[in-house]
Amino acid sequence: MSLALLIEQFLNGLQLGVMLFLIAAGLTLIFGVMGLINLAHGSLYMVGAFACAAVAAATGSFWLGLVASLAAAAAAGALMEVAIIRRLYARDHLDQVLATFALILIFSEGTRWLFGSFPLYLDIPPLLQGAVALPGGGQYPLYRLAIIGVGVLVAIGLYLLIGRTRLGMRIRAGESDREMIAALGIDIRSLYTIVFAFGAALAGLAGALVGALQSVQVGMGEPALILAFVVIVIGGIGSIKGALIGAILVGLVDTMGRFLLPKALALMMPATQAGPVGAALASMLIYIVMALILAFRPSGLFSARA
Amino acid sequence: MAERVLEVKDLEKSFGALKATNGASLDLRPGEIHALIGPNGAGKSTLINQISGALAPDAGSIRFLGTDITMLDTARRARMGLARTFQISSLAQEFSALRNVMLAVQARQGTSLRFFRPVMRDASLTEPAMRMLSRVGLAGRANVPAAALSHGERRQLEIAVALAMEPKAFLLDEPMAGMGPEGSKALTGFLHGLRQEAPILLVEHDMDAVFALADRVSVLVYGRIIATGSVSEIRNDPEVRRAYLGEPA
Amino acid sequence: MAARETTVNVLLVLLLPAVALTALFIGEAFYITLATRIAILALAAVGLNIALGLGGLVSFGHAAFFGLGGYVAGVLATHAFNMEPVALGLPGTTDMPVIWLAAILLCGLVALPIGLVSLRTSGVYFIMITLAFAQMIYYFAISWPAYGGEDGLSLSMRNGFPGLNTARPFPYFIVVFVLLLAGLFLFHRLQASRFGAALEAARQNPARLAATGISPFAIRLVAFVLSAMITGLAGALFADLNRFVSPSMLSWHMSGELIVLIILGGKSRLFGPLAGAALYVLFEYALGGLTERWQLFLGLVLLAVVFFARGGLIGLLAGRPRHG
Repeated sequence: MSLALLIEQFLNGLQLGVMLFLIAAGLTLIFGVMGLINLAHGSLYMVGAFACAAVAAATGSFWLGLVASLAAAAAAGALMEVAIIRRLYARDHLDQVLATFALILIFSEGTRWLFGSFPLYLDIPPLLQGAVALPGGGQYPLYRLAIIGVGVLVAIGLYLLIGRTRLGMRIRAGESDREMIAALGIDIRSLYTIVFAFGAALAGLAGALVGALQSVQVGMGEPALILAFVVIVIGGIGSIKGALIGAILVGLVDTMGRFLLPKALALMMPATQAGPVGAALASMLIYIVMALILAFRPSGLFSARA
Repeated sequence: MAERVLEVKDLEKSFGALKATNGASLDLRPGEIHALIGPNGAGKSTLINQISGALAPDAGSIRFLGTDITMLDTARRARMGLARTFQISSLAQEFSALRNVMLAVQARQGTSLRFFRPVMRDASLTEPAMRMLSRVGLAGRANVPAAALSHGERRQLEIAVALAMEPKAFLLDEPMAGMGPEGSKALTGFLHGLRQEAPILLVEHDMDAVFALADRVSVLVYGRIIATGSVSEIRNDPEVRRAYLGEPA
Repeated sequence: MAARETTVNVLLVLLLPAVALTALFIGEAFYITLATRIAILALAAVGLNIALGLGGLVSFGHAAFFGLGGYVAGVLATHAFNMEPVALGLPGTTDMPVIWLAAILLCGLVALPIGLVSLRTSGVYFIMITLAFAQMIYYFAISWPAYGGEDGLSLSMRNGFPGLNTARPFPYFIVVFVLLLAGLFLFHRLQASRFGAALEAARQNPARLAATGISPFAIRLVAFVLSAMITGLAGALFADLNRFVSPSMLSWHMSGELIVLIILGGKSRLFGPLAGAALYVLFEYALGGLTERWQLFLGLVLLAVVFFARGGLIGLLAGRPRHG
C-alpha cells in the first residue's frame, strides 16, 4: 500500500464528506428552524443534478448548468414549501414522513416522465479537467479537489451567514423561539420559505457537482439522503457544526473503511474470504459508528436541542 | 421502619447559570403532611422533579425508606412506593378514567408483561380501580376519557391514580391548582384523612389549605429551605415574613 | 359507530377468501396470488402496527425484518436443496413451520440490539436511526456474495407445509390467510391486554407511565421486538409467494411502504393494515395496468390522505375510533 494511494483515498473520503455536508446542512437547518423532517431533500439533490445535466447538454456549458441547478433546486424547494411543506410544520413526525415520502414518489416519477428512464451524463468542465501530482507519486483529479474547495467555501460562507448577518440572526432566533420572532413582527412564513429554498439550493449544488462524477438518474437522491441522515444524527440534529464534522467523519470512515478493511482482514484470513467479508463489513461501518456514538450520546455530538 | 420516610439532603441543581436548587434539605416523617411553600420561581417544581426522579440532581442525596434512591429512575422510585401527582394534570388522555387508574393498579402488581388477557374483563384490575375512583368521588365518570373530564375531575383522577399505587409516600404537586373553592374544601378534607395511609409532601399555593392541613411547613426561597417548622412557627418566622411580604426584619 | 366498524371489519376479512374462492372457480390463479399478496403485506403491517399504532414508535426500518424473514426462507431452502448445513452442522429445511419459527426468532434477536440503541432516542432521531439500521442490513445483503448479493436468491420451489400442496396457489393462500387471522387475533388481544394498556400509555404520556412505576423503555423494547417478529414472519411468507428474495425487500422504500399501508388503512385500528394493504395492492394493480407511472398517483393519494383523510380508509368507512 503506497502513500500516494492512501492520500488519494483520504481525499476521496474528504470529497464524499464535503458532498454530504452540502446535503446535510440544508436538512439540519430545516429541522433546526422549522422542526421538519424532510425525506424529499434527496429529490432536490436530484433536481439539481438533472437541471445541470440538461442545461449543460443544451448549451454546452457546465457553468450555466451549475447556475441552473441552483436556480432549479431553489425554485423547486420554494414551490414545495409553499404548496405542501408549510402545512406540515404543526403536524407530527409521522405525517411529515408520509407527506415527504409521497413527494419523493411524485418527484421521482415526474422526473422519469420528463427525462425518461435512461441516465444522463455530465462532463467535467474543461477548466477543471486534468490532475494534480500528489506527494509520494500519483495523480489526483483536479475536479475532485475543486469539489473539496467548494465545500470549504460553503462551510465558511454558512458560518459567516449564520453568525454575522441579519438573516442568520433571524434563523437562530427562529430556532430558539418561534413565537418571539413572530411577535417581533418578522414575517416567519417567508423566512421559512427562504430557509427551505436555501437548503434546497445547497442540495441542488451537491447534485450538480456529483453529476459530473457519476451518472445522473432517478433514485440517485435516496442513498445520498440516507447518508445525510446518518450525518445529522451523528452531528446532532439542528447543528451546522455537527453536520460538518459528521459529514467529514462519515465520508472518511466510509471511504477508508472500504479501502482498508479488506486489507486488514487479509492479514487474518485467506484473501478469498477477506475480500467479501471486508466489503460487507465496510458497507456497514458508518452505521456501526453511528450506533456507537448514539449509545453514548443519544442526541448526537453537537445537539442544538440537548 | 426508618424514622424518616423520605430524606432529602443538600440537593443541588443548576440550569446554566441559574441555581434552581441550592443545597435544599428536607424530610418526611410517618403520618405527617409536610407542606412545601415558596414564592413563584423559588424552585419548588425543580425540587419535586428531583425527588420523583424526573430530573437528576447535580449533587446531594435522596433516601427513601432507608434506601438511597438518588440514582434510580422514576419508574423504580414509583415501584418502591413514591407516588406523585403532577402540577398540570398528566394522564393518558385517550384512556377512560377507569383505565388510567387500572394502569396504576397493574403497575403496583408488576404485571405489565401479560399479553393475552383483556384488562376490561379482569376483576383484579377493575375492582381496585373502581374503589379508588369511588374514594375520590369519580365513580360516576369511570368510562369518560380523561381528555373529556373537567379540570377539577382530572385533579381528582390524579389523586385516584396515586392512591391505586398504594404508596408509602405521596408527592402532591399543587393538587388544589385551578379547583373552585368547593372543590378545594372537599379535597382538603380528603387529604386530611389520607395522611393516615402514607405521609404527604404537599406543594401548594393555596395557603388556606396549607395552614389547615400541614403538620410542618418548609419554605423554599431561591432554591434553599430557609425555614422548617409548625404552622405557627412559620407564620412568625422573621425570615419568612421578609421573603414573602418584603417586611423589614 | 362501533357497530359500523365491526361491519366494515367483517366485510374486509371476508373479502380476501371471497376473491380467492371466486378466482379458484373461474380458474384465474392470478387473483389468488393477488389476494395472497394482500394478506402477506397486511400481516407485515400488523406487525409494524404494534410499534407504530399502539406504541407511537415510527419505525422507518421495518423492511429490515421483512427482508430478514425473507432471507431465512431463501437461505434455509437453498441449503436444504444443496444438502449443505447452514451453520454449526444444522441442516437447511423446506418445512414452512420450521422456517417461520427461525424467521421469528432471528428477527427477535436482531430487533433486540436495534431496539436497545434506537429506543434511547425519540422523535426524529428514532425515525432516522431505525432507517439507518435497516440500511446497514440492506448494504450487508448487497455486498455479501454468498446468497446472491444484489441479484437476490431464487427458491427452486415453494417450501412445503405438512399435508398441503403449497405449490398450488389456493392452498398457499389458505396458509397465509390463517396466519393473517392469527396475527390479527394476536394484535387484538395484545391491545386489550395489560401489556397493550402500558404500551398505549407509553404513546400517550410516557412521563405518566413512569410515574406509576412502569418503565416506558422496557415496554417499548418488548413491543419493538414483537413487532419485528411478526413482520419477519410475513417476510418469510413473501419470499415463498414470489419464490424469490432480494435486497429490495430490505430497502428503505419497503419500510416506507409498510408505513403507508397502515396509514392508508387507518392508524392504530385493528383492521387498518388489511384495509391499507388491500387498497395498496388494488391501486398498484389497477393503476399499474394503466400507466407505468402509477407511483406518481400513489404519491398524490398519500398527500390527500395526510391532509384530508387522517383516519385512512377505515376512518372514511366507519368513522372515528372507539375509545376505551
